[in-house]
Amino acid sequence: MMNELLMHPGLWLVAAGLLLPLMPRSGRSALILLVPLAALWRLWTLPDSASAGIAFFDYELTLIHADALARIFGIIFTIMAFAGGLFALNQTNKAELPAALVYAGSAIGAALAGDLITLFIFWELMALGSTLVLWSAANRTAYAASKRYLAIHLLGGVILMAGIAGHVADTGSIAFTLMGADTLPHMLILAGFLINAGAPPLSAWLPDAYPEASWSGSVFLSAFTTKTAVYVLLRGFAGTDILIYIGLFMIFYGIVYALLENDMRRILAYSIVNQVGFMVVGAGIGTELAINGAASHAFAHIIYKALLLMSAGSVLLMTGRRKCSELGGLFQSMPLTCICGIIGALAISAFPFTSGFISKSMTAEAAAAGHMPWVWLGLAAASAGVFLHAGIKFPWFVFFQKDSGLRPPDPPWNMRLAMLLFAFLCVALGVWPEPLYALLPYPVDYVPYTASHVVAQLQLLLFSGLAFFVMLPWLKRTLTLTLDLDWFYRVAGYRIASAIIDGTSHAMDSVKNSVAEVSTHGAGRLHRLYSSKGILSSNWPTGSMVLWVAVFLALYLFVNYFGGR
Amino acid sequence: MEDQDKHWLVRARTIRLLWIVQIVVLALTVLAQFVMPVKGHFEFDGSIGFNAWFGFLACAGMILFAKLLGMFLKRNDTYYDHDE
Repeated sequence: MMNELLMHPGLWLVAAGLLLPLMPRSGRSALILLVPLAALWRLWTLPDSASAGIAFFDYELTLIHADALARIFGIIFTIMAFAGGLFALNQTNKAELPAALVYAGSAIGAALAGDLITLFIFWELMALGSTLVLWSAANRTAYAASKRYLAIHLLGGVILMAGIAGHVADTGSIAFTLMGADTLPHMLILAGFLINAGAPPLSAWLPDAYPEASWSGSVFLSAFTTKTAVYVLLRGFAGTDILIYIGLFMIFYGIVYALLENDMRRILAYSIVNQVGFMVVGAGIGTELAINGAASHAFAHIIYKALLLMSAGSVLLMTGRRKCSELGGLFQSMPLTCICGIIGALAISAFPFTSGFISKSMTAEAAAAGHMPWVWLGLAAASAGVFLHAGIKFPWFVFFQKDSGLRPPDPPWNMRLAMLLFAFLCVALGVWPEPLYALLPYPVDYVPYTASHVVAQLQLLLFSGLAFFVMLPWLKRTLTLTLDLDWFYRVAGYRIASAIIDGTSHAMDSVKNSVAEVSTHGAGRLHRLYSSKGILSSNWPTGSMVLWVAVFLALYLFVNYFGGR
Repeated sequence: MEDQDKHWLVRARTIRLLWIVQIVVLALTVLAQFVMPVKGHFEFDGSIGFNAWFGFLACAGMILFAKLLGMFLKRNDTYYDHDE
């Protein structure tokens, strides 16, 4: 058992996170950077295997169940933990990096979990780690957002646990295998997974919470929770049709809300829902090509989305501003941040020679191979929309548009290095996709670079760009937010709760008043009845007493006679 | 600020040039289909300029829809400040 715990790469990160606050300052950076690299090595060399079971009541927990699908997610999580750590080295908040390491470690733990109980434990640990990352931003808005975030994730956890308990009661097994939405417990498990993916109706937790984290916190948050959800959907619910429609909804929801948004990091948060939508569609199609597409897209996405959020985080750190309407013209003094942001934007848009091109198109190809023209058309429209809301809108409003007059320099060296590393990976994977393809769960029989594919994609994207500039006046930024379903628990729920509290306190007041009234009047009445001149304490004439006894006896006789018949 | 004092990338001349380059590139991506035909997955997507008009109209549609939704759902960005 000790061996399973000691050789678990996820637990290495969790342990590093717990040790970090105790470390002297000099050793901290080394721990932050070296432990994820060691975990990366461990995952890379981990053969297909299952660790020995650890007894847990009547069950045996399998902490490590390695196969290609678990490995590719574990590997990208460690790469992310390393680059995120490098980017956040100069974060002054002492809680954020330890929390981020616990968060990343538990995501790796969830990817390697061989059974549903282990998965659940890491799933909940992830919720706690991410809440602490959010909390570390140490301001009132982030604290309020972290409470809402935790409430939704604990709800998701309860639903997931109910599903797991039902599944175990039905089957007697805790093994995490392919399920499908066929029974109530499985539907509950699916719902629990989907909440973490940012699926409707509870998608709003993501754009509500992630943009409130610190300049470095949102980089970590963007990577783990939603992608772990994609991983468990691929493993547990591949081929579940409803996921295609849920995914398509997420795709367009993300685009439309991002188009309306003014906060640069909230644009990117909506864009996470949009991108995860592509992966959820892949899980729904469920063929080998679609699963390869979703897994490779998750891998590429973690890198370019982190890069975009690093670029936005650098702008936030150097300017203290986050609204597009207050930014602009930054390309002049932050050239490296701008170029890295543009590379991330091109990659998310799936431009040829970037990582998005070699990954995203696999899912569309799977839709075409499955003869789903409407799904394919939806994905094509969505690809155009991604370029619109993230590919152009983000860099345009932050680095170009009107000149805000701000001239901050590029951020410190470690942040620049982290951005350069991920910008390099975005291009390297786009030019040389074979190493990524080799990591995928199924053999890859897909050639991304054909003249036909490149021409079609360039046409689609460049004409989307034309639509952006032609319709630019319609996209002018305003100091607004757009209501989402979180309105129901932030405003409607608040109002209902206030109404109930008001109503109850009114009811309590009137009860109190009536009690007071009764007691005041009652005391007077008692006084009248029992005082020395009161009717009940004075002497009664014997005659009247006999009369009343006779009346009651007659009444008794009457009732008894007729009642007894 | 006078135009010549601005960064070269945002001067009126550069922007005009960028528009011309963009239009030429757009035209080239469509013309390229005559030399390198797009092999469609279905009957409709291999036709000349399909991705061009589909991409443009899809984006225009999404912008219009967002605008329409915004008319009902946009609020001042201090809307939620009471509960923080």
